[in-house]
Amino acid sequence: MTDWQIVIAVSVLGGVIGGMGMGGGTLLIPLLTLAAGLEQHLAQSVNLLAFVPMSIVAVIIHNKNGYIDIKSSIPITCAALIGAIGGSLLARYSGGYILRAGYGAFLIALGVYQMFATVKTALKNRRQKKDGSNSKSVGKTAKA
Amino acid sequence: MILSQNAILNQIILAFVKLRNYMIKGDLRLFFANRCKTIYVNTKLGSVLKYGGSVAVGGVSGFFGGGGGMLAVPLLQFCGLDAKRAHATALIVILPICIVSSIIYICGGYFEVQTAVSACIGVVMGGIIGAMLLDKLNATAIGVIFSLMMIAVGIKLVIL
Repeated sequence: MTDWQIVIAVSVLGGVIGGMGMGGGTLLIPLLTLAAGLEQHLAQSVNLLAFVPMSIVAVIIHNKNGYIDIKSSIPITCAALIGAIGGSLLARYSGGYILRAGYGAFLIALGVYQMFATVKTALKNRRQKKDGSNSKSVGKTAKA
Repeated sequence: MILSQNAILNQIILAFVKLRNYMIKGDLRLFFANRCKTIYVNTKLGSVLKYGGSVAVGGVSGFFGGGGGMLAVPLLQFCGLDAKRAHATALIVILPICIVSSIIYICGGYFEVQTAVSACIGVVMGGIIGAMLLDKLNATAIGVIFSLMMIAVGIKLVIL
């Protein structure tokens, strides 16, 4: 396999993970650096670029379904843009290892957070199911 | 000026009293889940948290080249959006950030046409596959597997 074929294979995997809503492309950067051997800065820039077409499609779909709240997104977006410019300028002047280790720590934190969120929703669903069956049985007995 | 400062101080004291009450009741989670929104969102502290959080989302996204979306969702939920809306709106918050930061990265010389194009194709293909698979798989199992994977990859990145 040549270089770009590995990149395609790796980014399909990253896209599958992102499409399922898990970490939205956060795993693409380590996949690109560890499996495809890209430099950290380059992997980050590729990840940012690759996110653009997919999120445009997703935004169009969600907008059709009416899930996008533009009004509350505008102030947040403006403030976030300032942070983004600062962050990416800072990334330009920091070394590959700092970015890499920082990203690793960030991933660990996100992984722990994701774990908690998953367990929480699973418990909630289970509880709701239980409540649903209980209320049904209560309804039956009340009728009887 | 002094009056408004007093108002903020009052809000903070009120928040601490409520926090302590919740802690005594042992229901700290409830405090963060419900009270944060209702107490803070329309106060100055609330907007400081909101805009500070937004700048942090952008900064993380720009510095690490991704991952801002995962922080934007809880931020939007803090601003009072429900989970589904927060997920969708996070996309439109992240999109301009991605465009601006990738322009800065490209200007910095971190760009290869072939790599970028093949990654774009791969991610779009993978995204469609992932979205189709989503309903057919157990969400809890996927969540646990990927969070373990993220922790493992994170440890590997830090060590090496």
